[in-house]
Amino acid sequence: MASSRGPPTPWAGAGAGDGRPAWGSRLQYLLSCVGFAVGLGNIWRFPYLCQAYGGGAFLLPYAVALALEGIPLFHMELAIGQRLRRGSVGVWTAISPYLGGVGLGCFSVSVLVSLYYNMVLAWVLWYLLNSFQHPLPWSSCPASHNRTGLLAECVGSGPVSFFWFRRTLNISSDMGASGAVQWPLLGCLAASWGVVYLCVSRGIESTGKAIYFTALFPYLVLTVFLVRGLTLPGAADGLAYLFTPDVRVLGSPRVWLDAATQIFFSLSLALGGHIAYASYNPPRNDCEKDAVTIALVNSLTSLYAAVAVFSVLGFKATTDQENCLDRNIILMVNAFELPDQSIPREDYALVLNHLNVTWPERVAQLPLETCLLRDFLHKGASGTGLAFIAFAEALLHMPGAPGWAVLFFGMLFSLGLTSMFGNMESVITPLLDMGVLPRRVPKEALTGLACLTCFLLASCFTLQSGSYWLELFDRYAASINLLVFALLEVLGVAYVYGLDRFCEDVAWMTGRRPGLYWRLSWRLVSPLLLLLVLGASVLLLVCSPPGYHAWDPQYERFPERRERLYPGWVQAVCVLLSFLPALWVPAVALAQLLRRRTGG
Amino acid sequence: MLWLLFFLITAISAELCQPGGKNAFKVRLSIKTALGDKAYVWDTNEEYLFRAMVAFSMRKVPNREATELSHVLLCNVTQRVSFWFVVTDPTSNHTLPAAEVQSAIRMNRNRINNAFLLNDQTLEFLKIPTTLAPPTDPSVPVWIITFGVVFCIVTIAVILLIVSGVRQRRRKNKGPSEVDDSEDKCENAITIENGIPCDSLDTKGGHINEVFLMEDERLTPL
Repeated sequence: MASSRGPPTPWAGAGAGDGRPAWGSRLQYLLSCVGFAVGLGNIWRFPYLCQAYGGGAFLLPYAVALALEGIPLFHMELAIGQRLRRGSVGVWTAISPYLGGVGLGCFSVSVLVSLYYNMVLAWVLWYLLNSFQHPLPWSSCPASHNRTGLLAECVGSGPVSFFWFRRTLNISSDMGASGAVQWPLLGCLAASWGVVYLCVSRGIESTGKAIYFTALFPYLVLTVFLVRGLTLPGAADGLAYLFTPDVRVLGSPRVWLDAATQIFFSLSLALGGHIAYASYNPPRNDCEKDAVTIALVNSLTSLYAAVAVFSVLGFKATTDQENCLDRNIILMVNAFELPDQSIPREDYALVLNHLNVTWPERVAQLPLETCLLRDFLHKGASGTGLAFIAFAEALLHMPGAPGWAVLFFGMLFSLGLTSMFGNMESVITPLLDMGVLPRRVPKEALTGLACLTCFLLASCFTLQSGSYWLELFDRYAASINLLVFALLEVLGVAYVYGLDRFCEDVAWMTGRRPGLYWRLSWRLVSPLLLLLVLGASVLLLVCSPPGYHAWDPQYERFPERRERLYPGWVQAVCVLLSFLPALWVPAVALAQLLRRRTGG
Repeated sequence: MLWLLFFLITAISAELCQPGGKNAFKVRLSIKTALGDKAYVWDTNEEYLFRAMVAFSMRKVPNREATELSHVLLCNVTQRVSFWFVVTDPTSNHTLPAAEVQSAIRMNRNRINNAFLLNDQTLEFLKIPTTLAPPTDPSVPVWIITFGVVFCIVTIAVILLIVSGVRQRRRKNKGPSEVDDSEDKCENAITIENGIPCDSLDTKGGHINEVFLMEDERLTPL
């Protein structure tokens, strides 16, 4: 079999005859992998990192991390999945029985990620459902109980934050106070799990059809937003701020660490989803070309999204600055009885100077704000703060706001959905391979059971303290574990399976032997990089205080968030989440050793 | 004599209408903000209209139907277009209590705004709070409607999926055995792996022609 190095197999109907489901077409496979890799992080994490770390200069560590860590690891995952034709659990057990724990660990982390990822989708769905009205519900504050004014909490924080923290999450001010289940959110969670089940029920047969829409729709919407965003006033300022390179940041190691972690999590490595997807390929498929293509598409999407997002945020900053200037002008005009509209915005500084010279005491009494564009641009937000607060506010200023809101939240929902497909695939394929349920049980039943279990477990995120728990899961569940698994993966393939054997397999599948770049990366560069990143991440996690930012209307400096430490039992949960999945590896290795001792 | 009377009256009026006076109200107009190009100039005629509107509002209060234009005094008109006004009591020489004037203005705020083509934000009475419009809560929140639609669609689709899956399974169990299919697949795989396009060797029909058996033997086994 190793001698016949013919050209790669045609795709249509070419199964290897082992009864494993196969992709309908190569495009479905590519779109599924791209959809899995491109997720919410491309929209709300990469632009923030770009802006926080010196704009265009960040692209250099990002490109280096992509070339040295992202692409080699990705190629390796696709290659072993395609060659061994099993899910993550089966693959690592096939490479070495002692490494079986890696697959089980990946499976556990995938379950944890699925739980909280779909909760974020439920939030997006809630916003999507609320976007079908004019004016949008987060545009104004509601009246207080006795209708004499506006609600105090809303006036203090602003209507957009109020809508997110109070109307959506109904957040408690303390993690210990769990509060009641939020029924609207529970309903949205049920609906999003329903949609996920609908698309994942028959495995790649059903996701393969859904993926055409869910993977391509975000690109359409991003393009529309890009065109609209670039025509908005202030877009150029936002883009200049985003991309102006500040090469001094390249000296700080933190930048390189964040670039490496961003690439790692952006490509969704070590979750087992890509291995599962590749296992449905025909055995002779050019996985090297696939890996490079998908990784590049993922990074280009991040860049594209950053341009679209920052042109809109530049518009928002400009609008905020104009409103700030207008407020100051009104104060001055009222205090000095100047004619209405007599100070245009451009002359504000001149007039202020003139008045400061003539009547300094009266000017000093006025509560004037400083309105620098840079300050408004600098209110960098990432994660849910970007989507549900900053961007939602920017949408309010665009004409035709409900339509744009529907498009934006629909795009976020599509992006998250394709990533959920990959997550569920990395949960279900190992279950099927391990034969957890007897073969007569139809696949739809297994998938349904998995989705139902995840929904019931995730319903604790709909409590009032749910978003604090979600942040905790996001920070601790995946970060260290996935790095450990990736390191063990690359070491397992390079040294346990044997790099030469692996290169031969790749040559049989793609038709050409991997070059020096690949061999060097797999053997030396990627393991070293991963070790560095792992060490630095552990250090950072240990040194940062285990706390959270609580939304407390009673806080003196409201609307700033109160910094609180996690209660003791929650800190224990953090520690457990951080390394419990990784314990599968020594556990399985020990079990295997004991079996050998007693059996042999 | 007449001059003396004139001075007396103006002195009294000046005394009654003072910026920051006891029953005086400050009014601020932002005509350019409201009307842009169609803004009118604030002159004495507009002031006359304003005094008329205030007198009109006071006349609607029971016991005050005798309020005349001359009882409303304006002072300190600035370029901003802001000024102070008081309403004097014809019988005594005092100003009317602020509470009365306030309630009268509030009742007729809409008429006063419309007379000047302004709204609550551009025609401000600085000590008189505006009455907020009651919130328009629809009987059923919009999001519940869209949620109901989405949920119904998802539920129906899931049911259809399960039903079609069950039907497919039943049909597969009743259909021909799967052994022939896998044999065909194996044959196709073997022939393709050797890199030889095998369009002519179409064995999908299930008939094995003796002639083609010879060609099979020519192919080297793996």
